Parts: sequence; structure tokens; C-alpha cells
Amino acid sequence: MSTLERPAASGIQTRRSPASWVRRGGLSTLLFMLPLLVIFGVFSWKPIVEAVVMSLQKTNLVTPATFVGLENYIKVFSDPQLGQAVANTLYFAVLALIFGYPVPLVVAVLMSEVKRMRGLYSALAYLPVVVPPVVAVLLWKVFYNADATGPFNTVLSWVGIAPQPWLQSAATAMPSLVLEATWAGAGGTIIIYLAALTSVNPDLYDAAEIDGANIWKKVRHVTLPQLRSVLLVTFILQIIGTAQVFLEPFLFTNGGPANSTSTVLLLIYRYAFQNSLGGNYGAATALSVLLAVFLAAFSLVYFRLTRSWSTE
Amino acid sequence: MKSSRKAVAIVAVGVFSAGLLSACTSDAADDGKVKITVASLIPGTEQAAFDAFDARVAEFEKANPDIDVQPVEYEWKATTFTAQLAGGTLPDVFRIPLTDGRTLIANGQLADITSQVEALPYYDKFNPSVLETAQDDDGNIYGIPREAYAIGLHYNRQLFEDAGLDPDSPPTTWDEVREDAKAIAEKTGQAGYMQMTQNNTGGWQTTAATVSRGGRMEEGTGDDVTVTLDNDATKESLEFLKELRWSDDSMGANFLYDWGTLNQAFAAGQIGMYTSGSDIFTSLTRENNLDPAIYGLTAIPISDSPDAAILGGGTLNVVSAKATDEQKDAAVKWIDFYDVSKLVDEEAAVADARILADQDQAVGTPALPIFDQATLDQSREWIAEFVNVPQAQVSYFAEGNAGRTIVGEPTAKTQELYAALDTVVQAVLTDQNADIDELLAKANSDVQALVDAG
Repeated sequence: MSTLERPAASGIQTRRSPASWVRRGGLSTLLFMLPLLVIFGVFSWKPIVEAVVMSLQKTNLVTPATFVGLENYIKVFSDPQLGQAVANTLYFAVLALIFGYPVPLVVAVLMSEVKRMRGLYSALAYLPVVVPPVVAVLLWKVFYNADATGPFNTVLSWVGIAPQPWLQSAATAMPSLVLEATWAGAGGTIIIYLAALTSVNPDLYDAAEIDGANIWKKVRHVTLPQLRSVLLVTFILQIIGTAQVFLEPFLFTNGGPANSTSTVLLLIYRYAFQNSLGGNYGAATALSVLLAVFLAAFSLVYFRLTRSWSTE
Repeated sequence: MKSSRKAVAIVAVGVFSAGLLSACTSDAADDGKVKITVASLIPGTEQAAFDAFDARVAEFEKANPDIDVQPVEYEWKATTFTAQLAGGTLPDVFRIPLTDGRTLIANGQLADITSQVEALPYYDKFNPSVLETAQDDDGNIYGIPREAYAIGLHYNRQLFEDAGLDPDSPPTTWDEVREDAKAIAEKTGQAGYMQMTQNNTGGWQTTAATVSRGGRMEEGTGDDVTVTLDNDATKESLEFLKELRWSDDSMGANFLYDWGTLNQAFAAGQIGMYTSGSDIFTSLTRENNLDPAIYGLTAIPISDSPDAAILGGGTLNVVSAKATDEQKDAAVKWIDFYDVSKLVDEEAAVADARILADQDQAVGTPALPIFDQATLDQSREWIAEFVNVPQAQVSYFAEGNAGRTIVGEPTAKTQELYAALDTVVQAVLTDQNADIDELLAKANSDVQALVDAG
């Protein structure tokens, strides 16, 4: 264990005069922080507090709101769609973990082994991140055309595989979403891994090589342990990201076919906006608060459990 | 030296903050004109249509020099509309479906324009059952009917010909629709028949199919509404889709469509037939570049049931609840000028039709009367020379609908009801083993619970 010991607060607090506070830079520090505090306060913290308040209200954002206690939370928990949305989100998260988590790592390790034109490969890997997400989804929607003449199905036909329904079947819709999400998101993670890989001391690889390690053994015994802290962080970021998946199900399928891709965030969106006669913003914010609380708790537990692994 | 640098930095931060704050205030120039923003056309509409719209705005502003009209692109969609309504970003004059009027009025989200509407010369000519959708219980008026339509069967004449069918004898029964769809799918490889399935439109069109077979989605009125999604006609409508999809394979391979995307697919020649409002020709040519030569419109087939009817619908022009009295006056003047007077005033009718025709926009799309049939026929006569919608290709619609009853959409929790049916339709089209009875029973109890909750 090498946790940094925080110096104990000194027992004797010296009382400082306002003049000495200013002289020691207190005022300028505050002034420098002020724009940031204002921006964060107005655009981040205030909405968070307002969301919690709104989750206890009935409002259509036009007429005055009324407090309804926990009614919105009761409505959310008694909604038959919640179970399916949670299950779908978990399914997306698991699929994204299976495909989306190892792929960037493998690609990054392979790229770090490449000696020539690494810049080109990095650029190619990062390219999907540069494509605006909505554009990427709409493009993939064309690729996923379920007709035999659709781009992906045409490619499959070259190798004798029958046309796939892609987004048009409850069984294949979610994996199709994950495929696109992995393609779209891998670039950013690859760059993080590549950066982390450069910090691995090359002597370790040389030592391993002298000991007769092949590439797999080098990855297993040198790379992975050295990347452990980064891997732990990207893992939790991936979980938080997938728990909030919205863009793909919204644009590809709008939750269909038959709710097979409706996720928690899509449900929040539906509470708020599906009914043209004024959404149920109370229920939408109630479910948002629940999701935020769950993710915060999950992250806390995760970091508690993994604290020893990351610093060993 | 150090302190002067610090002072400069502090001043810089101060200036930056002040700049941020000042950026938050706006200064609108006041030229004494009443400014109103009005819904113009759907985003993505071709430039010629915007030019035609702008020409009408210029004409209006010339006649009303004290009013400044700002057009805003607008498309009514259940989801985006709610966001705009809550966010306060709707224009001052916008359009809503007839079905939404009464609830938005009850929620205080529309402006009371009773006095302005009563001053219109044709006020007492409105079809009372249409105007009712824009009134509260006390008879106050919050909207002006804009257009009314009935669901029709749209078909691609080119695909009919390619499949060896006669485009001049479109199907008149659901069995014929099925046969023709099969022929189109087999001969052309395109979807013979398709139905909307997404964004509540699946429920909307399933309701149309149900009504045509004599069923209704709700019974009763006011607080005493029974949801009847599991009626026989709905089951029959879904069985029909199931047969086309799984027995005949005549619905293609893509099943997630809403109003806009199905229009797009139809204009691209990928769909043989589908049901939608009778007025979509305008949108098909404006937004989807449809070749008018391939377009055909006929009446939706109806069964022998005495309750079999056509589902109707329409839109209201309404004014934002935030509008001032001056803006309300200006808004009603604009609605009268742009949308209504052309139906009752020869000069306005001709002016409107001429501009549309000059810009190659549709004139003469089949519609239902918002006043009475005679007024609609009269307005059509005035603009006869400008009509460019191929009347022979859409004549089957009026012929087939003669003497038929038109019924309105369900009134209680309409959008939720449609959303629940979306799921059912999608399941039927994407899961061969979907149990229609079970799906409808579940949807029915879910919607009934929402209706009961109020």
C-alpha cells in the first residue's frame, strides 16, 4: 500500500485578518475562480438542484408547478416499461463490455507494436470519433438496410451469408446498436490506452524478452499490470456511458422493434416528450435522479472495492 | 512589477466577467411594429416553397405595414412539439392536430382569441364539429381550423404497372390490397404494402385500419371512457398485416417507419401502397421530390360492417399563450390571410394558388371541408386554372368516399394509446410468433390504467 498520507490538520488555527488574506492572494484567487464558479453554478449545479426539486413536482413548465411528494417516484416504479428499460440497458452494457471494452485495448496494444506509420493508424482509429455522432448513426442506418440489397447484407452475400434483419428484429437490434457504438467510441479509448502504453518502462519488456516471453506473455505480465489504473478508470467510464445510452436507440430504432431497444434514458425522454399534450417532467426528472443516484453509488462502491488493485 | 502584473490579470478577469454578463442581455430595436413569429414550412422543404412562402409574407406585410412577420421552420411531431412547448421556443402562430386542441386549452397553453375570431366575416360558417375542437367548455375560441383530411390509400402507379396491375383500377377491398401487394413484391422486389409503425403513427394508422373495419379504440366520452383496443376489427387489421408480412412476404424487410420516413421511402419507389392523410401529396412533392406521375390516391377500403367508416383528422392554427393582445390581433390577421381566406374569398384564393403554381407547388390536393362541402367546391372552382395535382390520379379518392361516414380520432389519452399500439404493430411485423390477442390485451389494460388515472 502506498496511499498518500494526508498531513494532519494543524491544531492551532492562526486567525488571519482580511488585509493579510488579501495580501496573501485570497482575493485574486477568488476573483480568478469567480467566472468558473458562476458558470458551473448556473449551468451545472443549479439545474441539478432544480431537477431534484422538479422530481417532487407536477409541472408542464408552462403553468405553475405543484408539489406532489413522492408521487413521481411511485409512478416510475409502477411503470411496466421500467423493468424492460433497465433490462435492455443492462443488456446493452454487457454487450458493450464484451465487445467495446477489449477491442480498443487489443487495437492499442497492436498499434503500439507497430513501428512505422503509427501516426496514420492513430488517425484512422480516431476518425470515427471525429464524425458527428448523429451523422454516424444515420450513415449506419443506411448500412443496416435489411433488404438483400442493403450495404452490409450485400457484403455478407459475397461470403454466402443470408441477409440479416439488423435493426428490424428484436433479437438483432441491440447487438447492431452496440456494433455501431463500439465503432464510434473505440477511437477515444484507444488514444487513452496508447498514451498509457508509452508510460510503460521499455526495460520491463526487454527483461521479459530476455526471460523468453512471447507477445501474449508480455501483454499478460507487463502491459496489463502496468495499465491497471487506466483500465479501472476506463471501465467505470464505460459503465457510466452505457448506462446513459440514448443516441443509438433513439436514432436507430426509437426503442423498437416492440421496445426491444428502449433504454432507461429513452424512457426518461418518453416521459418528458412523447405526449404532445405536455410531458410528465416530474416522472422524467424522478427517473433521472434515480439513475444519477444509482451511478454515483455504483462508482463509490466500485472505487472502494478496487482501491487496493489500482495502487498495489 | 509582480503586483502590477497581478492587477492587470485581475482587471482582465473582471472585464471578462462583465463581458459574459453583458452578453446575457439583449437589446431589441423598437420600430413600433408588432412582431410575430409564424410557423412556415417543414425543415428540409425545397427552396421554391420557401420562396413562395416569403412572397406571401411580403404581400401580407405590404397590406399590414404595422406588422412584422418572422417565418420559422416548423414540423409538428409529438416529441419535438412537447420540447418546444415546454421550452417556450414555439413560434407565436403554430399548428396542432385537432385532437390536441382541447387538452392544450385546458392546460392554459394556448391564447384565447375569441374576440378576434368572432370578428372574422366567415366566423359563423365554420363546421361546428370542427370548430368545437378549438373551444373550451364555455365556448371561448383558442384556434382556427386550418385543414381537414381523411385517411386514404396512396399507391405508386409505376410499381402497379411494373407488377402487371392496372393503376387505373386501384384496390377497393382489403383482399385486393393483399393480392396487389403480393404481386408488387413478387414482380418488383419492393414492399407491396407498408404501414407506419413509429413515433405514435403506428397507432394512428392501426386506428384508421380499425375504423375502416367497423371498430373503435374507445367508447364513451368525458370521464367515462372505456378503452377497446382489443376489439375484433383491430385484431383483424393486425392479422391482415401478419398475413402480408409472414405468409406473403409482401412488406419488404424494413419495418420501422414514421410519417416522414415512410413518405420518403414511398417517394423513392420502395413502397407500393400505404395509408396516410389525403393531403400528403403536397409534402411528398415538397420534401421528398416525388414524381407526380407515379402518384395515385384512392379511398381506404371499408368492410361491410355498419360501423365501418373513414378516419378523419385535421389541424388547427393556434396562437402562443404568451402573445400580447396586439400580437393576437396580428396573428389572427396572418392566419386569415395565409390559411383561411383563400377558402372563402375568390381574390385570396387566386392570389394564393397563383404563387404556389408559379413556384411549382401543389395546388388542388384532396381535402375535406372545414366550412361545408359547397364552400370547398366553390374555392376549388376559383382556382381551377392553377390546379396542378393530377386530378385523374386522385379522383378515386373522392369517388370511393362518396356517402361514407368520417369519424374523428380517439379523444382520451390519444398519444399514449397510439404509442401503446406502436409496440403491438412492431411486434406483429418483426416477430412471427407474436400473439396478437395477448399484445392487445396488455396494451388495452395499460392505456385503460392511464385513462383512469386521468
